[in-house]
Amino acid sequence: MAQYRKERLDRPIKARCEDIFALTSMREILYLIFPRALLIVGVLIFPLLKGVVGLYWEKVLVITCVIGLLSLSWDLMAQVGLISLGQAFFFGVGAYITGILNHKFSLPPFVTIPLGTIGGGIVSTLFLLPALRARGVYFSILTLIIPLLLSRLIEATKIFGGTEGLSGLTPFQNFWIETYLPIFALLVCLFGFRRLINSDYGLIVQGVRDNDRIVMSIGINIYKIKAHILFISSLVGAFAGSFITHYYRFVGLPAFALDYSILPLACAILGGPGSFAGALVGSFILVPLSEVLRVLGSLRVVFYSLILAVCILSLPEGIFHYIQRKYHQFERIVEI
Amino acid sequence: MANVILKVANLCKYFGGVVGIEEVSFELKEGELLGIIGPNGAGKTTLINLITGFVKADKGKVIFKGRDITNLPPWKIAQLGIVRTFQLVKPFYRLPAYKNLVVALCSPRVKTFRGGKYGKRDETALNLLEDVGFERDSAVPYKQASDLPHGYLKRLELARCLALRPEVLILDELFSGMSIAELGSTLPIIKRFKEEGKGVIMVEHRLKELFEVADRVIVLNFGKIIAEGTTYEILENEDVRSAYLGAEEEEAINA
Repeated sequence: MAQYRKERLDRPIKARCEDIFALTSMREILYLIFPRALLIVGVLIFPLLKGVVGLYWEKVLVITCVIGLLSLSWDLMAQVGLISLGQAFFFGVGAYITGILNHKFSLPPFVTIPLGTIGGGIVSTLFLLPALRARGVYFSILTLIIPLLLSRLIEATKIFGGTEGLSGLTPFQNFWIETYLPIFALLVCLFGFRRLINSDYGLIVQGVRDNDRIVMSIGINIYKIKAHILFISSLVGAFAGSFITHYYRFVGLPAFALDYSILPLACAILGGPGSFAGALVGSFILVPLSEVLRVLGSLRVVFYSLILAVCILSLPEGIFHYIQRKYHQFERIVEI
Repeated sequence: MANVILKVANLCKYFGGVVGIEEVSFELKEGELLGIIGPNGAGKTTLINLITGFVKADKGKVIFKGRDITNLPPWKIAQLGIVRTFQLVKPFYRLPAYKNLVVALCSPRVKTFRGGKYGKRDETALNLLEDVGFERDSAVPYKQASDLPHGYLKRLELARCLALRPEVLILDELFSGMSIAELGSTLPIIKRFKEEGKGVIMVEHRLKELFEVADRVIVLNFGKIIAEGTTYEILENEDVRSAYLGAEEEEAINA
């Protein structure tokens, strides 16, 4: 009579290290590809279901992607040990550069968005370069202050439209472009960042976070590494701002609002920092959740905050890391 | 007569009003192993931090091969070839042992002796680990650094320095916490390195092992050099004895 025992699905493919896999069959490849494919196919198909889910939820998807981008950019900075409380700074600078270019010079979106992204990246990086010397919480406070300072400056000096902002900007005029652009950007960032952080360069980046004295002692300028990562992060944040400017056809003080600093951080913490996928999972939970809770009327924020608090307390490692662990613990019955 | 490779002249460092290092001068020659000893708080680690640029000097000069390197940033000094270990081992705990070395092999200095190329880092890292006694065909080099025993971590520190092929190797209490067997396999590595004509500075509390390899020893106390000489001269020195053991006569009188 045949005997059976349980075996973990990941058992045969783990080789020596936690993250080196030896794949020998199609089934094992599928096992690893499935979660990634689920995400990619899911977000790519969603806009095609416009007729079923309605335009409202398509807009929610776009906003989710934008917050997801900010969340990824926060997570990347956290990888080098820079804990930012001011993702709104990158977002706002990108948004304003794009808005001004479109408003003053009537440039079309396919010109203003790349310019706003690169310009926003350069401006915010230069602005924060002196702050890179500050460590830990001191850096965080600096990033928190800067967007608040800029929004007050615009309010007081009435430059760039002051409190009114700049409105009537050029729309995308095409549903497919305005929906797929943030989706593609999100997927490129997610897989790009994961690749970057697993490369040898990524090891240095994590090294700066874990023990910067060692990294200095082997002859690597840690401020250069921090500046590189800051630049990449601010590019992504500025892109999100540039995109939203044309999506809303408006840029104003809300671009520097605290929401764009705190929400991406909450998403990354809820999903689980350090994996990028966690940041994505977080934003795909928090943003739609906030929309679902609208039925509760004025108690929306109360329930929203409660759910957030319970999740963070019960799953401190982050939702993504929890799911990942459970996924690798799946068992199958094998014949002995 | 061997050339002077590293020269420290009148180096001073004060922390507020407290003396860290005061008027310290010495020379290190090619192929020489210089030991630095002294009681706790004598300023040994501060001296190393000053030479490697982790702490800025208030006065004095550090000359490496005729070039003034005083107060250069740490990474510049490391790129020139002065490489150090840390007293408290804090490797990248989340990474496997060999990946810890891969980080070191990303240093710009590695490119200079590899003809502008970095080569295969994983392979080089495994070779370096084998040199310091990580069993090649076992799982040890692939273990997470957080799972390794202290002795292995100490040797990982040494391997990280050797990966950069330094001109001057500075070891800050490398031997503390190592077993006799581990010491036995580590001492020849340091001797071999020295015989290649490179300089070594060793701060050490394990005097027996230090005196076995040291050519010359400096004794620090309260930030100043109180004795300098061969191991035999140091052992006979009265000041050194009183610094380590306390001046017996005076205490007897006061009591």
